[in-house]
Amino acid sequence: MYNLTIYLMVSAVLFLLGLFAVMTRKNAISVLMGIELILNASALNFVTFSHFSSGNLNGQVAALFVIIIAAAEAAVALAIFLNIFRIKATSQVDKADLLQG
Amino acid sequence: MQLLSELIFWCFVVLTVGSAIVVVFHSRVIYSVFALLFTLFGVAALYVYLAADFLAASQLLIYVGGILTLIIFGVFLTSKVMSLNIAEQSHQRWLAVIPIVLVGAGLLMLILTTPWEIKISAVRPTTQELGQLLLTDYLVSFEAASILLLSALIGAMRLARFFRTED
Repeated sequence: MYNLTIYLMVSAVLFLLGLFAVMTRKNAISVLMGIELILNASALNFVTFSHFSSGNLNGQVAALFVIIIAAAEAAVALAIFLNIFRIKATSQVDKADLLQG
Repeated sequence: MQLLSELIFWCFVVLTVGSAIVVVFHSRVIYSVFALLFTLFGVAALYVYLAADFLAASQLLIYVGGILTLIIFGVFLTSKVMSLNIAEQSHQRWLAVIPIVLVGAGLLMLILTTPWEIKISAVRPTTQELGQLLLTDYLVSFEAASILLLSALIGAMRLARFFRTED
């Protein structure tokens, strides 16, 4: 249980699943959930290294900033999705090609 | 006691990874969102095992209470939930497996071969220390995060209301 590699493995699995969601999902909200998984994996890594380096709390502060930025990112991303849905009546990321000349 | 704690730890690991798999592979978005709830909860439990009490609480409050609610709102507002064809299709699934396997193998090799220098200290409450760090060493980033949150708040409101006046 007090094994560093277990936490790193869990974090790596979360990161890979998030990456897979970002690459394959078509729905914008699923892509956003993949990004949340990636951010959680990175925060988990920060906290893990914070715990296993004699309780140095700098990693926990970094994880706190990750959570803050994830909150800001989710709010802005969902506002953008709502706008795309209003204009194109879809939430598929590959239909959002308004800027494509 | 030790055994019980270890058992619960593994339960949370399985919960986290299993529900993350559901998040990524379930074809209904709303099921993915509710699976994400369990993933975030599992990560908060792992924070408890890593002696990060304040972070576990903030994870529950901000992620589960805030971000997840936002995402559920997003799902309800950008799709016809009651219709049956809310199931979404994925694309490039087999193409995406290649970089996943490569990155995963690289990470696994890195995790297993690096000689980690492990120093575990006694578990202690972290809230006071975190607050002191935020207002001393990390004061500039703390203020920058405050400005970021404020601008994200105003920007999100502006974006979400922008086209309503033209309807």
